[in-house]
Amino acid sequence: MADATLDQSLDHRAATVAARRHFLTRLVIYGLLVVFAAIYLIPLLVVVLNSFRDQQEIARNGLISLPRSFRLDAWGQAWSTYCIGGTCEGMQRNFYNSLKMTIPATIISTAVGAMNGYILSKWRFRGSEALFTCMLLGVFIPGQISLMPWAFILGNLGLSNSVYGLVLIHVIQGISFTTLFCRNYYVSIPDDLIKAARIDGAGFWRIFRKIILPLSSPILIVTVIWQFTGIWNEYLFGVVFTSGQQQPITAALVALTASGTNVRAYDVMSAAVLIGALPPLLIYLFGGKYFVRGLTQGAIK
Amino acid sequence: MSTLTIRSLRKNFGAVEVLKGIDLEAQNGEFIALVGPSGCGKSTLLAMIAGLESVTSGEIRIDGRLVNSVAPKDRDIAMVFQSYALYPTMTVRENITFGMESRRVPKPQQDEAVKRVAAFLQIEPLLGRKPGQLSGGQRQRVAMGRALVRDPKLFLFDEPLSNLDAKLRVDMRTEIKKLHHRVGKTTVYVTHDQVEAMTLASRIAVMHQGEVQQFDEPATIYNRPANMFVAGFMGSPAMNFLPAELSEEGGRPAVALQTADGKTASLPIVQALPSDTPRQLILGIRPEHIYRFDPDLARRKPGIAQIDAVVELVEPTGAETMAVLRLSGKEITGRFDPDGTPGMGETVTLGIDMARACLFDPTTQRLI
Amino acid sequence: MSNHDLILSVPAPARPWRERLGSAMPLLVLGPSLVASFVYVFVFTGWTLYISISNSSLLPTYGLVGLDNYASLWANRRWNIAYNNLFLFSGFYIVGSMAVGLLLAILIDQRVRGEAAWRTIFLYPLAVSFIVTGTVWSWLYNPVDGIQAMVRGFGWTSFSFALASDRHYAIYAVIITGVWQASGFAMALFLAGLRSVDQDLVKAAQIDGASTFRIYRKVLLPTIAPIFLAVAVIQIQFAIKTFDLVAALTKGGPGISTTFPAIYVYDLMFQRGQIGEGAAAAIMMLAALAVVLVPYSFWVVWRRRKEAGHG
Ligand SMILES: Nc1ncnc2c1ncn2[C@@H]1O[C@H](COP(=O)(O)OP(=O)(O)O)[C@@H](O)[C@H]1O
Ligand SMILES: [Mg+2]
Repeated sequence: MADATLDQSLDHRAATVAARRHFLTRLVIYGLLVVFAAIYLIPLLVVVLNSFRDQQEIARNGLISLPRSFRLDAWGQAWSTYCIGGTCEGMQRNFYNSLKMTIPATIISTAVGAMNGYILSKWRFRGSEALFTCMLLGVFIPGQISLMPWAFILGNLGLSNSVYGLVLIHVIQGISFTTLFCRNYYVSIPDDLIKAARIDGAGFWRIFRKIILPLSSPILIVTVIWQFTGIWNEYLFGVVFTSGQQQPITAALVALTASGTNVRAYDVMSAAVLIGALPPLLIYLFGGKYFVRGLTQGAIK
Repeated sequence: MSTLTIRSLRKNFGAVEVLKGIDLEAQNGEFIALVGPSGCGKSTLLAMIAGLESVTSGEIRIDGRLVNSVAPKDRDIAMVFQSYALYPTMTVRENITFGMESRRVPKPQQDEAVKRVAAFLQIEPLLGRKPGQLSGGQRQRVAMGRALVRDPKLFLFDEPLSNLDAKLRVDMRTEIKKLHHRVGKTTVYVTHDQVEAMTLASRIAVMHQGEVQQFDEPATIYNRPANMFVAGFMGSPAMNFLPAELSEEGGRPAVALQTADGKTASLPIVQALPSDTPRQLILGIRPEHIYRFDPDLARRKPGIAQIDAVVELVEPTGAETMAVLRLSGKEITGRFDPDGTPGMGETVTLGIDMARACLFDPTTQRLI
Repeated sequence: MSNHDLILSVPAPARPWRERLGSAMPLLVLGPSLVASFVYVFVFTGWTLYISISNSSLLPTYGLVGLDNYASLWANRRWNIAYNNLFLFSGFYIVGSMAVGLLLAILIDQRVRGEAAWRTIFLYPLAVSFIVTGTVWSWLYNPVDGIQAMVRGFGWTSFSFALASDRHYAIYAVIITGVWQASGFAMALFLAGLRSVDQDLVKAAQIDGASTFRIYRKVLLPTIAPIFLAVAVIQIQFAIKTFDLVAALTKGGPGISTTFPAIYVYDLMFQRGQIGEGAAAAIMMLAALAVVLVPYSFWVVWRRRKEAGHG
């Protein structure tokens, strides 16, 4: 009887120790997560807040401080009136340039990649693996290698300092990525489906349209997000091959933040930075879940 | 009226020769089973018949027409895959009509055909579902429906039952047999399961390493296997092989075996031997032709030889009991009536039905 | 062999043009991409290689000067700093982002509440450009307006945090920013890897009485070893191509302390009109990539062979 109670209290003590340890572990886990989340979010928070603060107030209290003013002017200025390198039209033109560059380049490179991936996984022929490997090399070539050739080609095509030139560059450069992503994904679609469809009398295009494409949304989401954010965020080609009013937004941002007036207009720059970051951020917020899932399903293997 | 004829068919993947000269034919309405271990080239052969793989050399004829380079869709065949290969984004109905749509069959005719096949296979309630919402057996039915709806000259099955669990597999096997009876189409059926081949086929082609080892009726394949591979592959538990020496007993040919106690036992040979029979032989006996010696039976049935063996292991399965016996330095399996099962370690006197035994040449491995 | 072919090959019946077009369709569709990729990979590289051994200055010219451009490149102190920076940055950036990414992945893997929210927070920098990140962090590093100013504002007036303005430490400012940007991506891949491990393995280890720590060290992490390599290779590429981050964050300064090869190529080609030497620098970047990627690709091919052999 006494033994039993002792045992029970021992059990009880062990249980409380275990519970406390469990609690401490959870505390450490959540504590670390909160610290890291702060590190990740504070820069974003700073920019967002500063885009609504008064410029003088920022100058007085520093960039990182609780806002004591609230204004929307900075956004308007950044969008349409702020002066960058002589023209005072804000970022709007560059924003449209980036859209005009990113949307077609994303669509074209994704479409081509899907077709290529389909062929390289489901219509293999002698040497197709070798060709695929060659295409893959394109993923690894640093942009710096292609600067001179592109300058020459764009010049000859009359596409220097034009958004269309950038579209061309991003399509050609993107094909390697999109093909890789799509091929790796399509490989996991059973070949038997294609065989069954061929017996059913479907040809190259019908199989693509009716069988492959309906199964493709995970990888198309990945590819579109990857291409859109990659092209929108690209800077090297933008700054090399365009100038002034033709520049995409990344190049304009650098020009804006570098335009050294003596008072740093952090409010306007913050708004400009957010304008430049917003489209890929939105795409990511809506598609990020699918992006990670798709990336691990096929793209990275 | 549809036949299939295959002559000296070869297939290379790069430098690897996967099919090494296949000859095969199926008469109208016949059910041919291609059976063999995994990797022997069955699927490749079937894919070539379907037109999904190119022909390296040789010829394939359907109804006498050479189809070597005819596209799959123009061969008038239908195929059921091991993975079922149902289009995952389409409903069952769309899966079944996909082929007709590809061929631009008018809509009313499509509906008619779907109705007929769905009734036939009893899958009407499934027509609106997607393959992901079906059980294994239902998918299997839908896959067959997709093949049936085409009303083809030739049915091709590639291990259609191997993804089902044991019970369902037996049921579906029966269904396929019934189906073939009702439809009466020429069928080529690939399987690695010899029981399926035995139960379904009118003729079986046993394949090994890209060659047809034997192509014959099930009974012949089972009773007179052309070589040791076929003998070992068909039948479960497998045929026992014992090395033996040609001898004589009472002026009649016999095979000599070592018994447990080191003596030599002579088993009379029933069949007539060709003159060039080698001295060293392999004696092949199926487990069901080894039983406890019974003098009455031996008197009634000639050719039952008597020999002693030690029981090493007993495996009851319910309907019958397998016993592993040591004979002539080798382990052999015998099939016993559960009532007369010997105990482990016991020495039993076996009766071996020599009339059903097979003799093989150890060098060529062929049947003598 | 050829005998068989002669005897048995059967004349193919004439096929209608539609069918022949159909069988050529894959190649027709693939063709343009193949040509473009071939030009992009081989012609462009060859072209730049050629320029790098020519006497091009303001415009490409084609008088050959051998390795002169490379010699003058390597004689330049700024280039040497740039190349050193590249290795320093790559090393810390990759190790740092993988370490942080792995830590975050393991934390999230502990069945935490609101997993999706944590993941989103850690991953969002991936969507933002290096330009944006670099710009914002340059503000934070700025001693007058950024972190230093904030802490001093709290009353700790002797606090000093001027990483980016110190020529000895500015490179670490670049590294920290890079790690901040990239660790979420590593986290996502590691997490996916951890999740893809067969849970029976974990259960077996638990039954064997292994602690959580040992399960990670002995079971989970070894199982996802290939992911480590994949992440490293992806990050290395980012590291070597990094141009935007530095351009927005430090512009290579203070002085020349955070110059990178990518910046240097740009300067030579477009600011100083030394195309030949710029091309040589670009080729050196490619060489740095090749040092990493060639062994990796051999490894990948080897592994694939091995798997195929088993299969
Ligand atoms: N596309 C291919 N390329 C190379 N080898 C193949 C290909 N398809 C099948 N094989 C090889 O051909 C042999 C026969 O394969 P298969 O016909 O699938 O065998 P089964 O169906 O009898 O198991 C195997 O060794 C397989 O590895
Ligand atoms: Mg097979």
